Amino acid sequence: MKAKSRRTGKPRKTKANLDFFDLRLYIAGQTARSLAALANLQRICDEHLEGRYRLEVIDLLERPQLARGDQIFALPTLVRKLPVPIRKLVGDLSDTERALVGLDLRPRASSRS
Amino acid sequence: MAKTATRPALVQSVPKSPTGIQGLDEITGGGLPRGRPTLVCGGPGCGKTILSMEFLINGARQFDEPGVFLSFEESVEDLTANFASLGLDPRPLSARKKLSLDYVRVEPNEIQETGGYDLDALFIRLEHAIDSVHAKRVVLDTIETLFSGLSDTRVLRAELRRLFNWLKTKGVTAIVTGERGETGMTRHGLEEYITDCVIMLDHRVVEQNATRRLRVVKYRGSTHGANESPFFIDESGISVLPIASLGLQHSIAPGRLSTGVPDLDAMVGGKGYFRGSSILISGTAGSGKTSLAGYFAEAACRRRESALYFAFEESAAQIARNLRSIDLDLEPFLRKGLLQIHAARPTTSGLEGHLSAMHRLIEEKKPRVVVVDPISNLISVGTSVEVRAMLARLIDFMKVRQVTALFTSLTIDEGHPEGTDIGISSFMDTWLVLRNIDRNGERIRTLDVLKSRGMPHSNQVREFLLTSQGLKLLDVVRDQGRVLIGSERAAHATDGPVGPRRSGKRAPRP
Repeated sequence: MKAKSRRTGKPRKTKANLDFFDLRLYIAGQTARSLAALANLQRICDEHLEGRYRLEVIDLLERPQLARGDQIFALPTLVRKLPVPIRKLVGDLSDTERALVGLDLRPRASSRS
Repeated sequence: MAKTATRPALVQSVPKSPTGIQGLDEITGGGLPRGRPTLVCGGPGCGKTILSMEFLINGARQFDEPGVFLSFEESVEDLTANFASLGLDPRPLSARKKLSLDYVRVEPNEIQETGGYDLDALFIRLEHAIDSVHAKRVVLDTIETLFSGLSDTRVLRAELRRLFNWLKTKGVTAIVTGERGETGMTRHGLEEYITDCVIMLDHRVVEQNATRRLRVVKYRGSTHGANESPFFIDESGISVLPIASLGLQHSIAPGRLSTGVPDLDAMVGGKGYFRGSSILISGTAGSGKTSLAGYFAEAACRRRESALYFAFEESAAQIARNLRSIDLDLEPFLRKGLLQIHAARPTTSGLEGHLSAMHRLIEEKKPRVVVVDPISNLISVGTSVEVRAMLARLIDFMKVRQVTALFTSLTIDEGHPEGTDIGISSFMDTWLVLRNIDRNGERIRTLDVLKSRGMPHSNQVREFLLTSQGLKLLDVVRDQGRVLIGSERAAHATDGPVGPRRSGKRAPRP
C-alpha cells in the first residue's frame, strides 16, 4: 500500500507535467469493497502508471470532514485530481475497462452509461 | 357555507415536530411526524426548498432543534443569498452552530462507474453534519439528483431505502424533497420509501393569478386536513391558509363593545356589539359605511384598545381626513399607534396574499378590534367559492382570538341589500344595513339592524345625518301610524306636535 499523505498547500506538480497522476481513493473502513478497490487500483497503477502517480487513501471513518472537499457521496470513489479535468470513479474499480476510460487511459466510448 | 365543527387533532396520535409555519401545523395537527422522514414533492418552483428551509430555521430559532440542510441542487452560497432575501438568513444560525448547510454536488460528466459502490460517503457526511450541530432536523433537497449522476438505479433505490431507515434510527425529523414525476408523485418513486407523511405542493395559474396550493396527501397515524390549502410566500416566508374552518369551538368572550355611536348602541341591545363578534355593515355607495367603521375604531382607541383598519378603497390619510369632516379625529390614535391603518389596492396581490397579510398582521399586532373596509373589494379579486372559504377562515381566526371584527360591504343593488353579500352574512353576528333613499327629491340616509344574534335589537329603520358635528341618529317621529322621515319630519316638527315615542330608545342628542 502506497498511502502517502499530502503535505499542506497546492500540489507541487504543475501543468507542465501532464503525465503525472494525482489520485485519491476514498473508502470507509477496511471493508471487502474497500480492499477490493485498493487492490484493483494498485493493479491498474502498476500496469499503466508506473512511476508517475501519487496515491492518497482517505478513510472517511477517520476523517469524515474530508468528504465535503472532493464532493464524495458514494464509496469507494477514486478522484483523479491531476491531470485536470477532475474525474471521479465511483465503485470498486472491478470493471477495469471502465476504470481505464474514467482515468483517460483508454479513449472514451461514445456514450457514457 | 358549512362549517365543520369536528377537528379531532387534539387527540395526539404520533409525536410531532412543529414546523412553525403558519397554517401548516394546523393542517397537520401539530407538525411533521417526529423522528421520521416526510416527503415534500411538487414541480419546479413550487416552494419545496423554502418550506424545507423554514422548517429548519424555525426549528433552530423557536424549538431549539438544530438542523442540517443537505442540498443537492444549490450551492451553500446561493442558498444563503436566496434565503437572506426571504428573511430566513441561515448565517446567524450557522455561526451559532444551530444549522449546518452542505452542498452535495453531483456532476454527471465527472463520474464514471467502475464497479460496486454504496452511498456510505453520504451517510458519513450527513452523520458528521448531524453530530456537529446536534441536529434534530434534516432536510435532503432534492436527493433524486443522485439519479442523474449514478446510473445503477437498483443500487440507488436500495441505498435510499437504507438512508431513510438510517434517518429514523438517528431519530431526526427529516424532510426529503422530490420533483413531481410524470406518473408518480415523484420522478423516482420516493413515495414508495417515505410512507409516514407526504405533502404535495402545487403552483398553478388560475384566472391570471398565480396561486400556490399545499395538500397533505397522507399522514400515517394522524388525522390531517385533506383539502388543498392555498399558501403564500412573502418576505417572511411561507404561510398556509387552511381552507377548512377552524371549527366553532371558540369560547365566548364576555362583554360588549360600543359601536362608537351612543344612539346606535341603544339599537343593539343598549350596550353595543358583543366582543369577539363579527359585524357586517352593508350599504350602497356613500351611505356612511366608512363613517360607522371609523366610529367603531375610534371608540376602541378611546378604550385604549388597539385597532387595526384594513382599507381597500382609500388611503390612510384619506380616511383620516374624511372622518375629520364628521368630527371624528383619528390623528392622535394614529400617532400613538393605537390605531393602525393598512391601505392596499385589492388588485395588488392575489386574494391569498391579502388574507395571508391580514392573518399575519393580526397575529403580529394583536388588535382587539379589526375593520375591513370594504370586504366587497376583496371579494372582487377572488373566485367565489375560495373567497367564502377563506373569509370564513379569517372570521374564525379572529373569533378564536376574540377580536371583534367589523366588515363593510358595498351593495350594488339598492333594492336587495341582502342579495349581493355573497352569502357572507351567515358568518356575521350583527348586520347593519345602510340605505340612501331617494324620496321626494331628497336623499335620506337610513340605518337598520337586520340581525343581531343573541341580543334584543331595534326593528326600526332610523334616519341619520352625517354632520360636521358627527353622526346623528334622529328620533323616530310618527304621525298617524306613519314614520316620518326627511322633510316630512321637519315639517312635522315645526307644524305639529311631536308624535309619541314608542320605542323609548331615546338617547341624549349630542
